Amino acid sequence: MNSNGVSLWPELWQALGETLQMAIAALAIGGLAGLLLGIALYVTRSGNILANRPVFVVLNVLVNIVRPIPFIIFITAVRPLTQALTGASYGVEAAIPALAIMATFATSRIVEQNLVALDPGVIEAARAMGAGPLRIIATVIVPETLGPLILGFTFLFVGIVDMTAVAGAIGAGGLGDFAIVYGYQRFNDVVTWTAVAVIVVMVQLAQLLGNTLARRVLRR
Amino acid sequence: MTAMVSLRDVSKVFDGTSGPVRAVDGVTLDIERGDVFGVIGYSGAGKSTLVRLINALETPTSGQVVVDGTELTGLSERGLRPARAGIGFIFQQFNLLKSRTVAANVAYPLRVAKWPKAKREARVRELLEFVGLSDKAKQYPDQLSGGQKQRVGIARALATSPALLLADEATSALDPETTKDVLDLLRRVNRELGVTIVVITHEMSVVSYLCNKVAVMEHGKVVEEGDVYRVFAEPSQPITRRFIGAALHDRPRPDVVARLRERHAGRIVTIAIRESEATAGIIVTERLRAHGIDGHVVFGGITEVNSRPLGSLTFALEGPDAAIDAFLADLRAHTEVIEHAPDGDDAGPATKEVGA
Repeated sequence: MNSNGVSLWPELWQALGETLQMAIAALAIGGLAGLLLGIALYVTRSGNILANRPVFVVLNVLVNIVRPIPFIIFITAVRPLTQALTGASYGVEAAIPALAIMATFATSRIVEQNLVALDPGVIEAARAMGAGPLRIIATVIVPETLGPLILGFTFLFVGIVDMTAVAGAIGAGGLGDFAIVYGYQRFNDVVTWTAVAVIVVMVQLAQLLGNTLARRVLRR
Repeated sequence: MTAMVSLRDVSKVFDGTSGPVRAVDGVTLDIERGDVFGVIGYSGAGKSTLVRLINALETPTSGQVVVDGTELTGLSERGLRPARAGIGFIFQQFNLLKSRTVAANVAYPLRVAKWPKAKREARVRELLEFVGLSDKAKQYPDQLSGGQKQRVGIARALATSPALLLADEATSALDPETTKDVLDLLRRVNRELGVTIVVITHEMSVVSYLCNKVAVMEHGKVVEEGDVYRVFAEPSQPITRRFIGAALHDRPRPDVVARLRERHAGRIVTIAIRESEATAGIIVTERLRAHGIDGHVVFGGITEVNSRPLGSLTFALEGPDAAIDAFLADLRAHTEVIEHAPDGDDAGPATKEVGA
């Protein structure tokens, strides 16, 4: 794989590193924040342990506003925030806040959906034993849904990789950037497909890891 | 000594989709220490809500709930937690934590109550031994049968040594054999540990096997209440008769009477068998002989309620009419007697109302 006689493998590996850096940072920050937001959405629903209609409505509307924004528009729209946070307006670091924020909102819905499927009976049992809401979240809600949550985070990782490619297109680097600059813009299909292959392998490995962890948690 | 549970004019109103629903409607009830108190009713009668008012999972819309001397009404959510922790609760669907082992499930309420680890482990061993699951400590709920899961539920509910145990349809998801095992275990909990038990059920067999007192619920109200044997032997409410009829099948329905008449000559008479006439069977045979009439059993059923016999036998009687009349009059002095008149529209009030 080369361009004008120059090997592109070093660039490819660097791009892979950038993609991983962005994806892992976004998954770590957005995953945690999204977990908390998703839990908040779940427990404040009517009839649940911290039922609170105003809080639920505000969170719900917030998530509904942010989530549908196309990422390529979102990342440019939050550029002032990015600059304030990281001091950079382009590059890997500049992409991370936007990725993390979008990941947070996406995660919150995935988390909420998994929690809603939890049998309310186990929460009632914990309440009947005198457990308070925070204890119920930490010892019942999260552990009882951990398997599906891990699968949800795995799904999310794939979505984040997709977003990193978009971020790459506007200067964040990574595999998306690599494929566009060296493949698409130079009409070099071999480069494009190589980048695609690397992404596919990366996603497959992530899925394998997620499935294995989830299976271990679910003891199946 | 004060009652273990005392409900005073307790109501619970939910906002339903089609207006407010009075799930529990002005219930006043005392459950004494040491009782195994049954609450029987069809689904939607309000019994599950009632039991959740007792352990404060629900707060009453009006009225007063006092458990073990503690007034629960008016306490804050935080204030209710220790009260809830002091009341055991077992569920129809067991509600065990799937992500935890049997031992960790039983230990859960002890963690909530902040027991130190060593004490917790000792208590869990003791409880698992009591319910006969010592060998399952390290297994997960998914690996257990329904009956075993409910045993874990019972061990968990007893962990903090509550004086009161609430059982919400605890055997309704179990097969008859396992049901009996679980009921026997609950009986041991009552007799050996002195725990007061409230049993919510729609099955008369559970109440008659386990309970000494019963309240019958319909449309959120307690319509009949008292000693189990008295309530079932002398039911005053149609719904109570329906429960008895459904469980006992001891009295022939009109269509059965018609068939009996086709098969048997003579007059068809149903005689109630009660403990107060413990010798009712003997009395019947004696009196038949004394009045010189022939009688044979053509239908019936007798079961035990709170370890005492209860049911009815239906006889076909042959002999002179005057002799039979005298026999029936004689018997009526001892027990309930219903004659099924030959024109078919007889059946007597009790027979009509006892439909399965």
